[in-house]
Amino acid sequence: MSLLLAFCAAFLFATGTWMLLQRRLSRILIGVGLVGHGSNVLLLVSGGGGGISPIIDTADPSEFTDPLPQALVLTSIVITFGVTAFLLALGYRSWRITHDDVVEDDVEDRFIARRRDADQAIAEEELAERDQAAEEDRA
Amino acid sequence: MNALIPLPVIVPLLGAALCVIVAPWRWAQRIISLSALISNVVVAIILFVRVDDDGMRVTQGGGWAVPLGITLAVDRLSAVMLVVSSLMLLPVLVYAIGQKAEESRFAAFNPVYLVLAAGVSASFITGDLFNLFVAFEMMLVASYVLLTLGGRPGQVRAGMSYVVISLVASTFFVTALALIYAATGTVNMAQLSERMPELPLGVSTGFSLLLILVFGIKAGLFPLFFWLPDSYPTAPGAITAVFAGLLTKVGVYAIIRTQTLMFPPDARQGTFLLVLAGLTMVVGVLGALAQDDLRRMLSFHIVSHIGYMIFGLALFTLAGVAGAVFYVVHHIVVKTGLFLVAGLIERRAGSDRLSRVGGLVRSAPLIAVLFAIPALAIAGIPPFSGFVGKFALVTAGVESEDWWIVGVSLAVSLLTVYVMVRIWSNVFWGEPEDPAVAAFIESDQSRVPRLMTGAATAVVILIVGLMVFAGPLYNYAERTAADLLAPQQYIDTVLGGDGT
Repeated sequence: MSLLLAFCAAFLFATGTWMLLQRRLSRILIGVGLVGHGSNVLLLVSGGGGGISPIIDTADPSEFTDPLPQALVLTSIVITFGVTAFLLALGYRSWRITHDDVVEDDVEDRFIARRRDADQAIAEEELAERDQAAEEDRA
Repeated sequence: MNALIPLPVIVPLLGAALCVIVAPWRWAQRIISLSALISNVVVAIILFVRVDDDGMRVTQGGGWAVPLGITLAVDRLSAVMLVVSSLMLLPVLVYAIGQKAEESRFAAFNPVYLVLAAGVSASFITGDLFNLFVAFEMMLVASYVLLTLGGRPGQVRAGMSYVVISLVASTFFVTALALIYAATGTVNMAQLSERMPELPLGVSTGFSLLLILVFGIKAGLFPLFFWLPDSYPTAPGAITAVFAGLLTKVGVYAIIRTQTLMFPPDARQGTFLLVLAGLTMVVGVLGALAQDDLRRMLSFHIVSHIGYMIFGLALFTLAGVAGAVFYVVHHIVVKTGLFLVAGLIERRAGSDRLSRVGGLVRSAPLIAVLFAIPALAIAGIPPFSGFVGKFALVTAGVESEDWWIVGVSLAVSLLTVYVMVRIWSNVFWGEPEDPAVAAFIESDQSRVPRLMTGAATAVVILIVGLMVFAGPLYNYAERTAADLLAPQQYIDTVLGGDGT
């Protein structure tokens, strides 16, 4: 049982990571969901094997399942759910703005890269001018 | 006394709920959120004084006995972080009110800001690793909303990558929690501290690295900082200041806390962290040099200074950790101040591009003074607090004979001076390079609201205060470092503490 769940977590992590590395936002969203599920399953497995419901005075405590990871995983599921919903809303907003769900580059980065290209162009120009001047001097 | 401990979390959360109820009346929201934050400042200062005098305080949430209940613990490190963070959250809210931008337009601003405050405080006082995760999420979800408030295209684009990166980090956190629980059977940090040494060294080293990865993403450590300079500048002015001042430092706090408390000395990643710290410093400052947008420049600069804090921690000596604690406190105040002043500059000149603005020293001398003080402080010019912090770190590095990192940190602080000089000469000296900016400065639109200037001035006065009280503060940082490096006291107080 536990081994099956462990493999399940591994599979979710693997597929989720693959989806996260895509360029399309819709796939990234699915990837986030899958990886989140993977970690939640892992958290559930961390409590060890199954057992009977941990209600006091119904059975010997040693036969109980560990209730703590279940409480933790519930919290974690709620958080993942909320954030995924927020991300979906954001994704929708982004789609309304750009009509495309490819994740965009940082505009400012491109601006700075252009400045570098511009600097290089100027430097090359100056170099060429200097060479020309030197040639003219020789002539 | 112990009943005070949960207040920095409960009061803002209640305030947030009340703010939602009175959403149609902005003045009522303002009264509620300001009074909640003032109460936080008062509680934090009381805790700070009492913890320094009588030692750390512990309370168990819900009255459950120790490993079952949620441990809330305030030691010297938590107390000083609480004081500084609450002292920053208050003027930034005043600044946001003065800005008459997002705060006036959206009823969601005040409640979400209070949730952010609660999340930050909760991260500092929790003694439970899972609760740290919940506190982080509280803070992060609030930050997602604040970052994208308004929904402008740039915000949505940057917000998207910020949310995805943070979500991936949170997933790693849950994974780390699962593995740690499976290995040790507890998520209480004090118990973890007892059980970690019993694990094989490879396993505890793995946990240590996994947690560094998680908190490194949030703190903006090399090579995990790439999201930070992209997303922070797109947030509304006041919000960038609180993100820059507080959020990354909560990550640094978590690294300091988990590394010193939970892991035995041989599972700590001293050398690894030292190399990361060096790279963070260099890459951050070089990134800052290349920028043209003032707030982006300052954002890259945050990354560079995260390196200094990790440098101090990575030495794991008394002087090193003391230097790191001092530097964290100094950096929160100074960076918040710089971002608030950057907002003033943008308001006054209508742009924050270095290539367009100029000559503000004549048209806005007060802003020039307000910028000069934090700029000198962050560059580490004596007698400002940055100098004390850097001096402490460099001395600690020399004591540990890690010469290369001392060299790197000195070179980077030279480059920091250059970054600040570049801002100064472009923004304050010369003439506006763009006629539109020149016309804007002359026009009536460029009047800066008094509340904004007042809030920024308050933070700058705190920076001067840090300079004046640098001595006592450094002594406090040294006591904090001594506590952190001998965690037995923390463990005993949490596990043996009375649960009432």
